[in-house]
Amino acid sequence: MRYEAPESLNGAVALLAGATGDARVLAGGTDLLVQMRADIVDPELIVDIKKIPETRGITEEKGGWRIGAAVTAAELKEHPKLKQVWPGVVEAANLIGSTQVQGRATLGGNLCNGSPAADSVPALIAAGAVATVAGPQGMRNIPVEDVMLGPRQLALRKGEIVVSFLLPPRPPRSGDAYLRFIPRTEMDIAVVGAGVSLTVDSAGTITAARVSLGAVAPRVLLVAEAAHAIVGSRFDEAARERLVAAARAACRPIDDKRGTTEFRIDVAGVLARRAALIALDRARRS
Amino acid sequence: MATQTYVGTRTIRPDGLDKVTGRARFGADFNLPGQLIGRVLRSPHPHARIVSIDTSRAEALPGVKALITRDDFADQSSEFIPAGEMMMNYKDVVRNVMAREKVLYEGHAVAAVAATSVAIARRALKLIDVTYEVLPHVIDVVEAMRPDAPLLHDDLFTVGVEPKPDKPSNVAKRFEIALGDIGAGFKKADVIVERDFKTAPVHQGYIEPHAALASVSEDGSTELWCTTQGHYIVRAHCARLLGLDIGRIRVTATEIGGGFGGKTVVYLEPLAIALSRKAKRPVKMVMSREEVFKASGPTSGATVHVKMGATKDGKFVAGYAELKYQAGAFQGSPMQPGVMCAYAPYDIENVKVIGYDVVSNRPKVAAYRAPGAPISEYAVESVVDEIAKKLGIDPIDIRMQNAAHEGTKAAYGPTFGPIGLEDTLNAVKKTEHWNTPLRKWQGRGVASGFWFNIGGETSASLTVNEDGSVSLMAGTPDIGGLRASLAMVAADELGIPYDKVLPIIGDTGSLGFNFLTGGSRSAFSGSMAIVEAAKEIKADVCARARKLWELEPGQVEFSGGHVRALGAAADTHTPMSIADFAKIAGKTGGPIGGYGRINAQGAGPSFGTHLVDLEVDPETGRVTILRYTVAQDAGKALHPAYVEGQFQGGAVQGIGWALNEEYIYGDDGKLQNPGFLDYRMPVASDVPKIDAIVVEVPNPKHPYGVRGVGETPIIPPLGAIANAMENATGIRFTELPMSPPKVLKALKERGLNKV
Amino acid sequence: MAKHHVEATVNGDAVEFLCETEETLLDVLRDTLQLTGSKEGCGSGDCGACSVTLDGRLVCSCLVLGCEVGGQRIETIEGMAKGEALHPLQQRFLEHAALQCGICTPGFLVASKALLEKTPNPTETEIRYWLAGNLCRCTGYDKIVSAVQDAAAAMRKG
Repeated sequence: MRYEAPESLNGAVALLAGATGDARVLAGGTDLLVQMRADIVDPELIVDIKKIPETRGITEEKGGWRIGAAVTAAELKEHPKLKQVWPGVVEAANLIGSTQVQGRATLGGNLCNGSPAADSVPALIAAGAVATVAGPQGMRNIPVEDVMLGPRQLALRKGEIVVSFLLPPRPPRSGDAYLRFIPRTEMDIAVVGAGVSLTVDSAGTITAARVSLGAVAPRVLLVAEAAHAIVGSRFDEAARERLVAAARAACRPIDDKRGTTEFRIDVAGVLARRAALIALDRARRS
Repeated sequence: MATQTYVGTRTIRPDGLDKVTGRARFGADFNLPGQLIGRVLRSPHPHARIVSIDTSRAEALPGVKALITRDDFADQSSEFIPAGEMMMNYKDVVRNVMAREKVLYEGHAVAAVAATSVAIARRALKLIDVTYEVLPHVIDVVEAMRPDAPLLHDDLFTVGVEPKPDKPSNVAKRFEIALGDIGAGFKKADVIVERDFKTAPVHQGYIEPHAALASVSEDGSTELWCTTQGHYIVRAHCARLLGLDIGRIRVTATEIGGGFGGKTVVYLEPLAIALSRKAKRPVKMVMSREEVFKASGPTSGATVHVKMGATKDGKFVAGYAELKYQAGAFQGSPMQPGVMCAYAPYDIENVKVIGYDVVSNRPKVAAYRAPGAPISEYAVESVVDEIAKKLGIDPIDIRMQNAAHEGTKAAYGPTFGPIGLEDTLNAVKKTEHWNTPLRKWQGRGVASGFWFNIGGETSASLTVNEDGSVSLMAGTPDIGGLRASLAMVAADELGIPYDKVLPIIGDTGSLGFNFLTGGSRSAFSGSMAIVEAAKEIKADVCARARKLWELEPGQVEFSGGHVRALGAAADTHTPMSIADFAKIAGKTGGPIGGYGRINAQGAGPSFGTHLVDLEVDPETGRVTILRYTVAQDAGKALHPAYVEGQFQGGAVQGIGWALNEEYIYGDDGKLQNPGFLDYRMPVASDVPKIDAIVVEVPNPKHPYGVRGVGETPIIPPLGAIANAMENATGIRFTELPMSPPKVLKALKERGLNKV
Repeated sequence: MAKHHVEATVNGDAVEFLCETEETLLDVLRDTLQLTGSKEGCGSGDCGACSVTLDGRLVCSCLVLGCEVGGQRIETIEGMAKGEALHPLQQRFLEHAALQCGICTPGFLVASKALLEKTPNPTETEIRYWLAGNLCRCTGYDKIVSAVQDAAAAMRKG
């Protein structure tokens, strides 16, 4: 098993593009090492991207924020400004695993591991994040909701890696939130995840919204109907019920050791509503 | 009894420094030069005949130094032996350690290799070719009892039924206890409650995986380091399975990272010895976490039927139960203790409990903290709560009214001496916890529990060193503070400072036989043995003093840490301490020491009562434990902090068992959650502080009044939490764990899933 | 393929070692450097018994490869006491009987130290959530939390 730690994007791309056997990107390692240990993957080549500067920064860009794909959840939390602008994204990343896992886990890895239960992904999708990807054919941008196609299936071609995420500029009076359902208080994989981002006007009416659900389908969902359900409203009782119904209607979950189909559908509605309430409260106070 | 300077106080444990600095060595921390790494090949099928095993490709791999299969173990004739607090048959032990005719669970050991590196060992396993004839499997206990169920053993005939069956089945045993006349009892009842309960297998969950390091010499002398609750038991099993002389095997119990009953049997130890014998080099073996879940015994899952009757003023008049416990691949579930404990907290005239021990295609169950009792007592405590509610009687009062007390004849046989159940009920009733009001969707539950505790063979020694310090050697591995407790007893018995007692756990070559650490016995029996050893030392120094002082027997006595001359002689003879004698030991007859070798009797049962407040989120079914109180009778708490620790630890294991822990199987008979991610044990943020009230009703049969405490704490949480759930939701949950999908479904069915 | 040659700092000492690509930092610490204080409870980052800090960051050493740590500063349980002086956390764990079998104790101590360095006055809830990645099966966490609270108070007094 080869291990390389290139210091440039081109170097990483070249290694991955030229690999003959199974090649894996290593950022935090909190998924890859577990899978290697369990004999689920047996890569011939590991490409550690943590030495590539473009994957490691948190910078303001054109009113928005660019976050490197190999920035850890802990670093996101420690950044003085980011949690004021995008509390939902920062909180979501810091729900992954444990304190120890958050010390290594990254947004890039959480997305590219390809699990629809990933905690940070619904928050990124709700935020309207766009992934910047580098590959043999150059750079391109993909909205995060289009990156994960199914379990362990990404819309990336051979040799491509996610370099960073761009969070868009935040209009005034905006807020986001992410909630997940787990049976314990920590350490579990999300049985359901709900990310909501919204903007209100000075009268408190919701003018824009994005709702994303995780762990209820083969990929993380951007639920347009759920957003429509509440845009133009002040999140009154009727709007809440429409949101809950739309969230539930979008679910196509499975029965597994973590939850039944029925359970996931029920809870998806509840979490979408609760996350929207928090986002709304943040929007009104921002 | 000696003056208690240390017993009852919170000393710093002598082995603590090494444990907080990382110096203490647990099973996987031992290494020998030239050692090989051993790994086990395990069955991917829950049930299959082994047609053939071809190891030639693996043996040819460079770096592979030994390989073993069923051919390396002689078959064993049928003989039942104690395995912890349960019984096991050597014929089954040899087959569990290495499959013979069949594999009987996913994870069952089929072969093992020893190689010069982990990587080579792993590769070698992939080169072993096993041909299986896959057979239908059965997982659930009720399914396994059906006459058409897949049969695990064609030589298993149910014991305990008349007429004796002529066809084999998966039901190994039927067992029954009875008191009075159950039919007449129910006739007297004004209220009868009948319920069925179901529990899933749960694992002991010790954080340290099994580990063993074996080194066999050319003459068959064997040294073994392993993480175990009973190194003498390990020695006996390995000798038997491998045809070695017991005396030639020296087993050192390493520090142990948790056991709870699960490390009272052998898994890796015979394999490591067999490999080392073949390779002529030391072999080290450690289980992965996945192997721990798949191939080491959890406790039973069970189906329980309870029927209880009471008069309208709350007197229990009849208690009936039928328990079906799953044993895993070989017979020997803790059904029997489950039967015996079910109604033990109560004074009921008419009791009948029937139990079935049933095999199924899962790992062989091992003891787990009060084996069998949490399941049966959960069911009974739930029904007691229902009866109380039906009659409008406070749940503590109804237990008080029916509580077993001194003189009660238990349905399983003995008559109780002084016991503390009522004291624990009273203690709980007085707490601020019990008297704090609750809000909507919050519920409060109470339950009591009983465990017999055991004594057993115990050897311990005290040796006085030249500087007056005393080396203490005990023979039961220290899982939770034993060395501290025994050192305190020795210090008080001999009247010396606590830090002058140096306790260690001896290996099997250093002491007489010791039964294992389990059964809540190590402090109870160990302290008795230390008292005996101290007696020998006290008698010895008194004899030496008499000779020195030229006095008669009866003119000297040992008190307050000194030999004192009595009467007139006291004026002319300065009292002498142990340290004084240590200085002149050689001149007065030789080294000074004492030995305690006993079969400790008189273990007193420990009763406990738990109180829990919880809150249910009606929209998701999630449960939060808000507050928890334990009151339990310790007889005499040698070290109160470690007694409290047993209460708190057992309570949290019970919380996990009640709410989230379970073995999840697919239809393919394979375990879906063999890891800490999806086998959900409580984490620090899941629980509040656990208030521990130590009740002391002294055990008259122990010199200090000690009762074992380690096991009872895991029993009441299941019933207490189920009762709190009923209190919070109005729904009686009869299936464990009460995980969110189940809770939400039940709430939804009743239209209750709204805030 | 040839092993990786790695130079790093462990508990203040310069170390160098060889490792295969698939060896974790935990494997290196225990088997190559013979620092067996960090324990393997699960190998998958779910129990925290292998906790160390890497450049001051609390991590599971079973989730880090040995070949990743070149030039980095690793601190393990073995480096927590300074000479004969125990860290206040180590002392309080002993006083509060915050360990029974002791297998999880190194992980809890390393994790608690990282918490108190970041948050000198944590609430009970903050302590419990920070330590949620450290499993204990013996104590029910009660005395561990008390020990951390007590150590925090002692350390704030200076």
